[in-house]
Amino acid sequence: MDLSYTDEQQAFREEVRSWLGANAPAQALQSFDTELGFEQHREWEATLNKGRWGMVTWPEALGGRGCDLIEWLIFEEEYYKAGAPLRVNQNGIFLLGPTLMEYGTEEQKARILPKMANGEEVWAQGWSEPNAGSDMAAIRSTAKLEGDKYIINGQKTWSTRAVWADWCFGMFRTDPDSERHRGLTFILVPLDSPGITVRPIPQLDGLPGFAEIFFDNVEVSVDNRLGDEGAGWSVAMATAGFERGLMLRSPARFQETARRLVELYKENRESAETDPAVKEAVMRAYMDAESYCLTTYQTACRLNKGGKIGAESSTNKIFWSELDQNMHAAAMSILGARAELLPHAPNAKGVGNWLDGWLFSQSGPIYAGTNEVQRNIIAERMLGMPRK
Amino acid sequence: MDFTFTEDQLLFQDSVRDFLVNEITPERIRASWESESGRDSALWSQLAELGLTGMTVPEAYGGLGMSELDFVLLAQECGYVALPEPLVHSALVAVPLLVDIGGELADQWLPKVATGEAKVVAGLEQNLLVEDAHVADLLLLQQGDSLVAATADAVSLIHNESVDPSRKLFAVSVAGAAAVVANGDQAQSLIQSSLDRGALGAAAQALGLAQRMIDLSVQYTSDRKQFGQAIGAFQAVKHHMANVAVCLEYAKAPVHRAAYSIACKESVASHAVSQAKLNACEAANLAAKNCIQVHGAMGYTWEVDLHIYMKKAWAMANSWGDAGFHKTRVANHIFTDGAALGAGATFA
Repeated sequence: MDLSYTDEQQAFREEVRSWLGANAPAQALQSFDTELGFEQHREWEATLNKGRWGMVTWPEALGGRGCDLIEWLIFEEEYYKAGAPLRVNQNGIFLLGPTLMEYGTEEQKARILPKMANGEEVWAQGWSEPNAGSDMAAIRSTAKLEGDKYIINGQKTWSTRAVWADWCFGMFRTDPDSERHRGLTFILVPLDSPGITVRPIPQLDGLPGFAEIFFDNVEVSVDNRLGDEGAGWSVAMATAGFERGLMLRSPARFQETARRLVELYKENRESAETDPAVKEAVMRAYMDAESYCLTTYQTACRLNKGGKIGAESSTNKIFWSELDQNMHAAAMSILGARAELLPHAPNAKGVGNWLDGWLFSQSGPIYAGTNEVQRNIIAERMLGMPRK
Repeated sequence: MDFTFTEDQLLFQDSVRDFLVNEITPERIRASWESESGRDSALWSQLAELGLTGMTVPEAYGGLGMSELDFVLLAQECGYVALPEPLVHSALVAVPLLVDIGGELADQWLPKVATGEAKVVAGLEQNLLVEDAHVADLLLLQQGDSLVAATADAVSLIHNESVDPSRKLFAVSVAGAAAVVANGDQAQSLIQSSLDRGALGAAAQALGLAQRMIDLSVQYTSDRKQFGQAIGAFQAVKHHMANVAVCLEYAKAPVHRAAYSIACKESVASHAVSQAKLNACEAANLAAKNCIQVHGAMGYTWEVDLHIYMKKAWAMANSWGDAGFHKTRVANHIFTDGAALGAGATFA
């Protein structure tokens, strides 16, 4: 065990810091759930890509830097410290990209990955359906192969970024007689295809962060199938797999929130101290973010040395999503009567963007597999409790 | 950056676990409750033969010269079996304290500790009472601003019974000759580092205790049937256990970081230890709470083994600094102006 960074890691950190210092937007961008903000974030993706900072864990040949997990953690630390924008194309870069590298044909990789990397094509995910949420194997949307085209019919929902995205990826039932996780195929669909209707769904903040997608005889070239027909479930499981789960939320994000929370407490000490529970909550936020960082580093180091990641990583999503809620709840308590005010309200001095974070934190225990589903996975696969 | 244990450290952990799980069975612990001292000198000799009593004793004194980082995984295993013998106390607190005191006292006692001939315990005022004073040959005791050394014949003991029948706690008063081994700042620094090491030992044991309570409960809820199925198949029961697993999973790395911090004398050691102690004892306390619940009425009995581990977990939570003590230390760190917090600060 050696908990110090190597000279190379320090140099990498310096390089990230100095590039972000020179290139990160000085002014916060608009929310990427607005039309203007979406395009601003798309431009930021292009800027990142020019500096080869867009996908640091991707191989060098694909425009990445081939970073290992420790370098990724360092990159993320500098990224959040710099207050750089959220990633509008995260569904593509972090979820679909690595899956394409594993299952895609050379033609698909060459056609799709460069445009994903430079933000030219932003990706939405199309997992859920009205009757297939936590129970993803209940998917009903169909894709019927006719010649060299799939004809897609059905409906996807809760499709993040779909309002302004260019493509979506998801699973469709290609074998009409199949049940559950058999007979599903992973298909990539251009969102400007005839027959597609995208209906924005306003989120808690009123902005259309996700959407429903209706497919009415949508024709998609068979070139856009990822993996074999009928193999969709295993391709999707790779996308949603344990290691990908580790990279969904880096500790840096929560450590920066915890640091800002400590500052908020100090700025409002007089009112914050009237409720002793608030100080405890702030301490807990700091400690939990620290635990999350330590645990992630320990896992990353183990994986770097060839270790395997297992079902214990299902604890990860529960931990960070509850941490995020708890931290923002503490901030709401500190802000007191100001907590409900939108940032532009005349009397909202000093509220920062805590309200936005609080609203978003409500989604954490739900998306990417509800925490109830995660708890079942932990109990059955990690602890070995009986399924029946 | 390498936050992993070596192959050797992991192999040693495995072999110690095998030994302890085979030897320190719940039956043996129950038998120890019936004996007068509650301690087993034959077992202590076995631990010595395995090199465990001398693990942290410097090689010059016949030990293995290993660090807190080498010992922390073994302390987890001691927790897993609720080892009644004061091995963690000796290896993590008393031995390093003797090494730091040095001089004739170290020369005289450390070789005997390594061979298992002698036991040394430390009594700090942060702990109300002294563990295992009745089997100690030498006691290192905080007396206000000083640290004194007294042999067994120079102290008188008053036994205080604990809810955990394995714990032997004593009020110690020095009746005969005691040598002052440190005063003032030097004593304060020794007391501080002993407290940190004791808290690390309690935290590591709490991790093992939590794991043991999980294992017992998974077994019990797989076997026990109600409404025509194993109760462990009910989601409400699963989620009790999953919550413990989450809490425990995120307590491990802080404990390992704390062990590293102490071994490498990092400046963050004190609050790293406090966080580790808080995290690990929270996991063990949650394990106790949820595991008794999924055991149902059986969990409330003396007959089921759960309470062996549960009671030790409760005791660990308030030993070597209670939650209030450790929270205060963490608070002092994070609320100090200019504290290094946020992304990138953890290993800076």
